[in-house]
Amino acid sequence: MSDARTDIFARIREALKVKAPKPHLKAQTSSPKTSVAAKPWLPDGGETAEDSLLILAEQLAKLKAVLIRVPDHASAAKAFAELATTKSWKKVAYHGHELTRPLAATLTCEAWEADASFDKQKLEGSDAGLTTCESIVAQLGSILVSSRSSGGRALSVLPHVHVVIAEASQVVPDLGAALALVKARHGTDMPSMLSFITGPSRTGDIERILVLGAHGPKELFLILVG
Amino acid sequence: MVCTRRFCAKLVRVSLFVPCFVDQLTPKVGLATAKVLKRLGHDVEFRSAQTCCGQPSFNSGQWGVAREAAIRALGVFRGAEAVVGPSGSCVAMMRNFYPELLKGTPHAAEADDLAARTFEFSEFLVKKLGVTDVGAKFAKKVTYHDGCHALRELRLKEEPRQLLRAVKGLELIESEEGESCCGFGGLFSAKFPMISTAMVQVKGGALARTGADFVVSSDPSCLLQIGGWLSREGKPILPLHIAEVLANDA
Amino acid sequence: MDNSKAIFLKEATVNAADGVQRAFISKALGGYYTNRDLQKARYRDWERARDAASMAKWSAVNDLANVLEKFVNNFERNGGVVHWARDAAEARDIILKIAENAKAKAIVKSKCMTSEEIHLNDALEKAGFGVVESDLGEFIQQLRGEAPYHFVFPCMHVKREAISELFTKHLGTAPTDSPEELTMIARRHLRQLYVDADIGITGANFLVAETGQISITENEGNARLTAALPRIHIALSGIEKVVNELDDLSVLLPMLATAGAGQPMTCYNTLYSGPRKKGECDGPEEFHIVLLDNARTRLLADPEQRDALHCIRCGACLNVCPIFKNIGGLAYGTTYQGPIGSVITPHLRGLKQWNHLSGASSLCGACTDACPVRIDLHHHLLHNRRNAAKESPTLFDRVFHNGFNFVIKRPWLFATGGRIFRATLPLLQKLPLPYMGAWMKTRDLPKAPAQSFRDQWKHDHV
Ligand code: SF4
Repeated sequence: MSDARTDIFARIREALKVKAPKPHLKAQTSSPKTSVAAKPWLPDGGETAEDSLLILAEQLAKLKAVLIRVPDHASAAKAFAELATTKSWKKVAYHGHELTRPLAATLTCEAWEADASFDKQKLEGSDAGLTTCESIVAQLGSILVSSRSSGGRALSVLPHVHVVIAEASQVVPDLGAALALVKARHGTDMPSMLSFITGPSRTGDIERILVLGAHGPKELFLILVG
Repeated sequence: MVCTRRFCAKLVRVSLFVPCFVDQLTPKVGLATAKVLKRLGHDVEFRSAQTCCGQPSFNSGQWGVAREAAIRALGVFRGAEAVVGPSGSCVAMMRNFYPELLKGTPHAAEADDLAARTFEFSEFLVKKLGVTDVGAKFAKKVTYHDGCHALRELRLKEEPRQLLRAVKGLELIESEEGESCCGFGGLFSAKFPMISTAMVQVKGGALARTGADFVVSSDPSCLLQIGGWLSREGKPILPLHIAEVLANDA
Repeated sequence: MDNSKAIFLKEATVNAADGVQRAFISKALGGYYTNRDLQKARYRDWERARDAASMAKWSAVNDLANVLEKFVNNFERNGGVVHWARDAAEARDIILKIAENAKAKAIVKSKCMTSEEIHLNDALEKAGFGVVESDLGEFIQQLRGEAPYHFVFPCMHVKREAISELFTKHLGTAPTDSPEELTMIARRHLRQLYVDADIGITGANFLVAETGQISITENEGNARLTAALPRIHIALSGIEKVVNELDDLSVLLPMLATAGAGQPMTCYNTLYSGPRKKGECDGPEEFHIVLLDNARTRLLADPEQRDALHCIRCGACLNVCPIFKNIGGLAYGTTYQGPIGSVITPHLRGLKQWNHLSGASSLCGACTDACPVRIDLHHHLLHNRRNAAKESPTLFDRVFHNGFNFVIKRPWLFATGGRIFRATLPLLQKLPLPYMGAWMKTRDLPKAPAQSFRDQWKHDHV
């Protein structure tokens, strides 16, 4: 008996001997790239950086994520410290990075660098996780984190609150641009996980009623500098 | 060729396509269709060799039988300038499904040709003739039901509404469940009566809640289903074909 | 009558008569319609975007051998292990073997319809492995011992009171009627399971050939946790889930969310390439993918319905389907409910046993209009009916349609038959005739006119 792989490929080749008609497309562009062809049809991500920031703010608000815009890094640290006080966090885990360290340093509660000494039990007991991100998609209000930019896979999803610190220049207009950036930045050496986070974790499984914080964070904050 | 006034400059010789159950059960729909077209000055003929378009067999998977019916219909309507039917469903059969049924047969070209000459009644008036005001009067409250074939196979939504809005005295009320199916589906309504009934409860209930005097549609088969349920439930709203509304000039 | 059909008819009859439950389902979907329309309105051209999405899937499915080969090569290069399963049994065996080798004590799963298709939980439990569903809806269905009702909204038919009772019984929690509190109970209960589990099993929404990544779409964060904390990550996916390029997701991910759940994007859309990499602090040590055929190649071999393999399992066709809404998801008796289920199940599990699903449709076409990748769903129901009639025609259909054909070929006979029909209609209505009797049970027929249209026309025009 031949192995499953050989068999399946043989079945596929046999099946595809008869061609299926190409879908009837009312609009055709010369670009083979899906995102380029579809750009004029998809939701707007803004033509200028300013437009994009406006769209982003609107999207985040609808998603019940909180956008905190600050002029500089010092104000970012201040805003983060205030957040920690109002929410009475006792333990905050953060991704070790030049953007996050000054923020963690202002905290009066316990702050630990999760990627330096990863401990899943301790992470589960942390009130908040602070990470950087790869980029932010204005069009959809999505924040792209990765196992590299965000201290691994769990830090951005296990603690009850997720705070992202980013610079305004990290905002890209749309998903196509974000994916292109991923490829340009990582090439064939992708982080093992890349995740587009679009608002705090949610479920509608009970009577289709929206509840935030199903398994991931109940709250999502984006501190945007500049 | 578009004229926006009531009477059309170009007169067309129209061959009526009267669905088999209209012929036998609701002939007034066919007569009203003819009346409106004649009032607009068109020549109307009825070729009595026509019977059924074959849709019941087509929908039941009996494509061989349906194909025979299609080939017959090609012969019946050969040479007709325009074939006009007061049923979105039966017109969709000719327009969309005859070409599919006869693809790759010697009849394919003629099926395409017939498809291009065949029109649903409201479509013919608005899109082909460019008429929206046919000079009808009907001082009643009506709600409109989109038959699924008219809506999704023929993509007609505004055309019947344009015609109704131009009727003197008529008040058009939209219902909830606007685009929902009435649950007829031909033999489906008899083979799966419990599902079909649940569907007409949803649709018929919404139509009745509009408070309209009449539920109007371009599809007599939907009206059979909706009217049948409304009658059984004793709801004070009556089914009426759009041609019957437009034929009313008194 | 085949068993599957008998069960379907019985369930559908009970559910269609249950007005309270139908109203509950309708109400639950109300919010979805509003949000979907709001999100669709943000698209500058939704119809053209559907063209792009369908094109992206078409080009991958119609070049499946090459695209799949590219995917597995890149997946392996990223450090993942690829397994092939011709059918459900092979897929179960592969996963069982991985669990045995790992001496797994606890397995956590995130939502994966393919695993329902192969009845994975049963197999794992029989082999002595504890497995817990982590998606809230799937968790609830697991506790209820019931299959998912809807492949995107698994427990949309269950009222909060029933969920509260279920949690009290199984988890010992105090009763509550707040969906929020119920969600938090599940959240608290499942957290430690992620930490303790050795294996996490997920599905995959897309397999990206260009990069060898798999893409997983979810709202709750449970798939993220399932793929982050356990030592081994197993993804189970049908072979048709491939797309050519990462860039294709720029259309598919937002459209999946908008069409299926009325969201701009689902909360978490995550790309995985391989196990934990050097320099990363967490993530599994092993990453396996099980690629399943299970009759998908049979559907692939039918060029007429091949586009059914474009399905991105968004659930939009179920949400708009009047059949689904009135009979409910469990009546189907299939892994995939609603219009897409009625289209593909006959291919995956046999036309003779499952063609009744294709028959149980008014062919209204709402599904086809809703499908973000433009699968010609309601026409495929017609195609299934045609294929079934050819393969195993029922006696009624043969007699009825051939008889009907005999009549409609002869206009004089049609006219005479019609006259007799009209004259005897009052009598016929009283007889317990099959089909007609069923129709008349809930509906009235109009009074038969004395003259047919053709009679009146002849009368007026001679
Ligand atoms: S068939 Fe289309 S609408 Fe239905 S689940 Fe699949 S992608 Fe969604």
